[in-house]
Amino acid sequence: MNKPVRAMAVVCLLMFVGLLLNANYVQFVQADDLNEKPGNRRVIDEEFSRERGAIIVDGKPIAQSVPVKDKWQFQRRYTDAKLYAPVTGYFSYLYGREGIEQTYNSILSGSDDRLFVNRVIDVISNDQPQGGSVELTLDPAAQKAAFDGLADLGEKTRGAVVALDPQTGEVLAMVSQPTYNPNALASHRLEKVAQNWRRLNQDETQPLINRSTQTTLPPGSTFKAVTAAAALEDLGLKADDDVRGGATLGFPGIDYKLTNQGGSTCGGNPISFQRALEVSCNVSFGWLARKVGQDKLAEQATKFGFGERPIDDLVSYASRFTADPDTDLEAPQLAQSGIGQFEVAATPIQMAMVAGAVANDGVLMKPHLVRTVRAPNLSVLEQPEPQELGRPMSAGDARELSDMMVSVVQDGTGSPAQIPGVDVGGKTGTAESAPDRPPYAWFIGFAPADDPKVAVAVLVESTQNTSDIGGGRLGGPIARSVMEAVLR
Amino acid sequence: MSAPGSTPTWIPRKRRTAELGLLLLAIAIGIGSYAAVGLGLDGSVPPGIYTVGAVYAIVALGAHVAVRRFAGYADPVLLPLVVALNGIGLVMIYRIDLGLDAMGSPYGPFAQGQLRWTVLGILMFVAVLVLIRDHRRLQQYTYTFGLAAIALLVLPILPVIGNAKRGAQIWIQLGPFSFQPAEAAKIALAIFFAGYLVAKRDALALAGRRILGVDLPRGRDLGPILLGWLISVGILVFQRDLGSSLLFFGLFVVMLYVATERPGWLFVGTALFAVGAWFGYAAFGHVRERFDAWLDPWSDPDQNYQLITALYGLGHGGLLGRGWGEGSPELTPFGFSDFILSSIGEELGLTGLMAVIVVYGLIVERGLRIALTCRDAFGKLLAVGLSVSFALQVFVVAGGVTRLIPLTGLTAPFLAAGGSSIIMNWIIVALLLRISDQTRRPAPEVSTISGDDETQVVKLS
Repeated sequence: MNKPVRAMAVVCLLMFVGLLLNANYVQFVQADDLNEKPGNRRVIDEEFSRERGAIIVDGKPIAQSVPVKDKWQFQRRYTDAKLYAPVTGYFSYLYGREGIEQTYNSILSGSDDRLFVNRVIDVISNDQPQGGSVELTLDPAAQKAAFDGLADLGEKTRGAVVALDPQTGEVLAMVSQPTYNPNALASHRLEKVAQNWRRLNQDETQPLINRSTQTTLPPGSTFKAVTAAAALEDLGLKADDDVRGGATLGFPGIDYKLTNQGGSTCGGNPISFQRALEVSCNVSFGWLARKVGQDKLAEQATKFGFGERPIDDLVSYASRFTADPDTDLEAPQLAQSGIGQFEVAATPIQMAMVAGAVANDGVLMKPHLVRTVRAPNLSVLEQPEPQELGRPMSAGDARELSDMMVSVVQDGTGSPAQIPGVDVGGKTGTAESAPDRPPYAWFIGFAPADDPKVAVAVLVESTQNTSDIGGGRLGGPIARSVMEAVLR
Repeated sequence: MSAPGSTPTWIPRKRRTAELGLLLLAIAIGIGSYAAVGLGLDGSVPPGIYTVGAVYAIVALGAHVAVRRFAGYADPVLLPLVVALNGIGLVMIYRIDLGLDAMGSPYGPFAQGQLRWTVLGILMFVAVLVLIRDHRRLQQYTYTFGLAAIALLVLPILPVIGNAKRGAQIWIQLGPFSFQPAEAAKIALAIFFAGYLVAKRDALALAGRRILGVDLPRGRDLGPILLGWLISVGILVFQRDLGSSLLFFGLFVVMLYVATERPGWLFVGTALFAVGAWFGYAAFGHVRERFDAWLDPWSDPDQNYQLITALYGLGHGGLLGRGWGEGSPELTPFGFSDFILSSIGEELGLTGLMAVIVVYGLIVERGLRIALTCRDAFGKLLAVGLSVSFALQVFVVAGGVTRLIPLTGLTAPFLAAGGSSIIMNWIIVALLLRISDQTRRPAPEVSTISGDDETQVVKLS
C-alpha cells in the first residue's frame, strides 16, 4: 500500500505549497491593496496614531496634527477650516478622507514608498513615524477674497470660485459655498462626528461637495468664449467682421426661435463680431455655432479640456459639450449649445481654464494645487512642473479673443469687473437649467491682458435674492476682488 | 541491503533526548511569546509568567516522560511540533482576550479555559499511550467505532442536547459543557474505515472496467463509497456543517484509495464531491453565501465582514507582522478560534504564518512517514487516514481564512480555542506515536535466514 501513501504525500505537499503561495500572495502581493481599502480600521487606527504631515499655504499650516492625550495621541486640526475646506477635505476616523487629505494621504501619513528610508530610520531610532508635508499653490489673499465675495451674497448663496495662474496652471483660489468645518469630522468624539456627518449629508445645499470641481452646470454665455474661439480658428473671422444680429434667430421648418435676453435686438443686424460678444448676443452666437458646425465646436471645447477630468489633486468631474458624444444635434439644439445651453455643462475650474488659455496666448496649462511635497526632514520629494495640456488656439487668435474680452469688460456686460489701471478681460453668463429653477450666474475673466497673472471663474447657483441674478452683476465684483488680491 | 556478515536487522535509535531538546525549544517559543505579548501591550512581562509558564512546561515535559516510558521508539519530532503549536495558540488566545477586554467586548476570556483543555488534552494523550499498548487491538472494535461515530454525528441534531451555534448544528450541550462531537467522530471513523477496509480491500480491489485508461471499480463495489458520500451529504443537510462534511468524505475516499491502490476511487470520489458541492450550492443559502464571499468579499462588506477584516489583518501584518501585542487581531470576530490563523498572520506576519503552516506540514509528513514504515495494514491505513484528514483540515481552514478556497467552519488544530478540538488532536497524536512506536520497535525475537536479503521473517500478530 505504499504507492498510494506516497501519492497522498504528494497531494498533501501540493496542498501545503498552495497554502504557502497563497499566504505570500495575500500578505505580500495584495497587502498594499488591502491596506488602502476604505474602512480598513487597522490602517485608520494606525494613521490616527501617527503624526500626520501638515498641509501648508504660504508657509502656514492650514491642517496639522497636534498631540492630545487619548488613545490616538494626535488630533488633526484645521486653521481657517471653512475657508480651505474644499481643498484640504477632511481626515475622519469614521468617514475616511477627502480632498488633499485623500489624494496625498500616502505622503501625509508617511506610508509613501519615497518615505521608506525615513520609516526605517524611525524604527531603528525608536522614533514615532512621521508624515511628510504638502505645500499648496493657493494665494491666501485671493482665497479670502473669493470666500468673502460669495459670503457677502448671503448665507444661502450656493456657488464656487476658482482662480488659476494662466501661465503655470497653479490654483490660486478655490472656494465652494456653502462649506463645512473639517474639524467637526476630524474630532475624536465619535458620536459627535457621526451627528455632524448626518447633518452635513442631510443638508440639501450639499456643503460637502466641492462645487468648483464637482458641479457641472450649463455655463451659459461664458461658453460664447469657446464658440468665439472656434469662429476665429475655423471660420477665420476677425473682431471687426460682421455677424448676424437682431432680435431672433429662426430655423427653417421649425417654429422655435432663438431670442436674446430681455428681448434685446443686439443693436441691429448685422453687428460686428466684437460687439456681439460685448452685448452677449444670443442670436449672433447661435448663428456662429451653426456656421462652425457641431463637430468643430465640440472639438474646440475638447481642446479647452472638456471631456477630461480637469485636475488630479481633487475629486473632479469632466465637463461636456453633449451628454452623449455621438449625439447628432438638431439645428436649434446646436444654436443653443453655442450659447452654453442645451446639454453643455461645465465645472467652474473648467471655465477658468478657458479664460486662462485665452489669456495665455492660447496655451492651456494643467491646473494643479500642490507646489512642493516634502519628507518629514523637509527634503523636497516632489515639485510639480507646470504642465502644458495643449494649444486650443493659435497665439494670434488668442490675442484677438483676449482683446475682445477686454472690451467686454470695458464697454459691455462685464463692466463690474473693471479694475482701474489694469486691462481686465471677461465674459458674463446667465444660464437657465430648468424652468422652475432660478438661472445661474457665471463670470470668467483674466488680468492683466498683456501679461496674465490670474484667470478666474465665478459661479453663483442661487442666492437669497433670486430675481436679480446676472453674471456681470453678481459674479463680476467677486472676480474683480479676487484678481485684485492676486495682482496686489 | 546490508554488508555480508552483519545482522540485517535495522535497529532504530530512540532519539528521546533529541525529542527533549526540541521540546525545550518548543516550550521556550511558547513562554517567550507569552512574555512578548505583555511587553508589546503593557511594556512589562505578564504577571502570570511564572505560574502559567510552569504549568505549561510541566505538562509538556510530562507528555515527554510518558512517551519515553510507554512509547520509547516513537517518532521524536511530533511531540515538540505539537507543543510549539499549542503554545502559540494559547498565547494568541490570551493576547486576544486582552484586546477584547480593552475594547469592552462582552466575549472572553478564553485563555484560562484553553489552558485547562490543553492540560486535559495532554492527560488524554498520556492515557491513550498507557491504555492502548498496541494499536492493532483497536481493529477488534472496528464496528463498535463505526457505531460510535454515527452516534456522535447524530447527537447534535437530537433535541435537548443538540445546540445550534452560528448557523451550524454541530454542538451538544451537557449542562455547562458544550462539545463538538464531529472531532471525536473523525477519529472513530478513521479507526472504523481502517478496520473495515483491511477486511474488505480485496473485494473492493477486484478488477472493474477500464475507461479512458482509468480503472473504475465495479458498480456493486460502489456501495461503500456511496454510503460514505451519503453520510457526508447528511451532515451537510442536517447539521449545515460544510467543513466536517468535506473532511469526512475526503477521509473516506483517501482511505479507500490507499487500501485498494486503485486511483479510480479518487476519480469517483472527486466526481461525487463535485455533485455534492453543486447540490450544496444550489440547495443551501449559506453555502452560496460562502462561495460568493470567496469570489468577491467586497460585494457585500457587511455580510462578509469577518473575512474582509481577517484579510485586512493579514495585509496589515505584511512580511514581518506587527509583533506580539502590536496588531489588532481582536477586530476580527472569532480571531481566537476559527480565524486564529489570520491573527497569527497579522502579529507574526507572513514569516510567522508560513512557519506555522510548515509546522503543520511537518506533522503531516511525520504522520505519512509513520504510515510508510508501518508493517501492518491496519496501522498503515489508520496513520494515513489520521494524517491526511489532519492535512485536509489544515488546508480547509487555512485556505478559508486566506481566501484560497471558500470559507468553511473547521478549527485550526492545536491553535484554535475549543476544548473538543484540542483534546481530540492530542489523541490523534497519541495514536500516531503509538503506531510509530510499534513500527520502529525492534521485533523481540526476529531471526534471519542468513545469506538471503530478500527474505524476512515478519512477526504477524
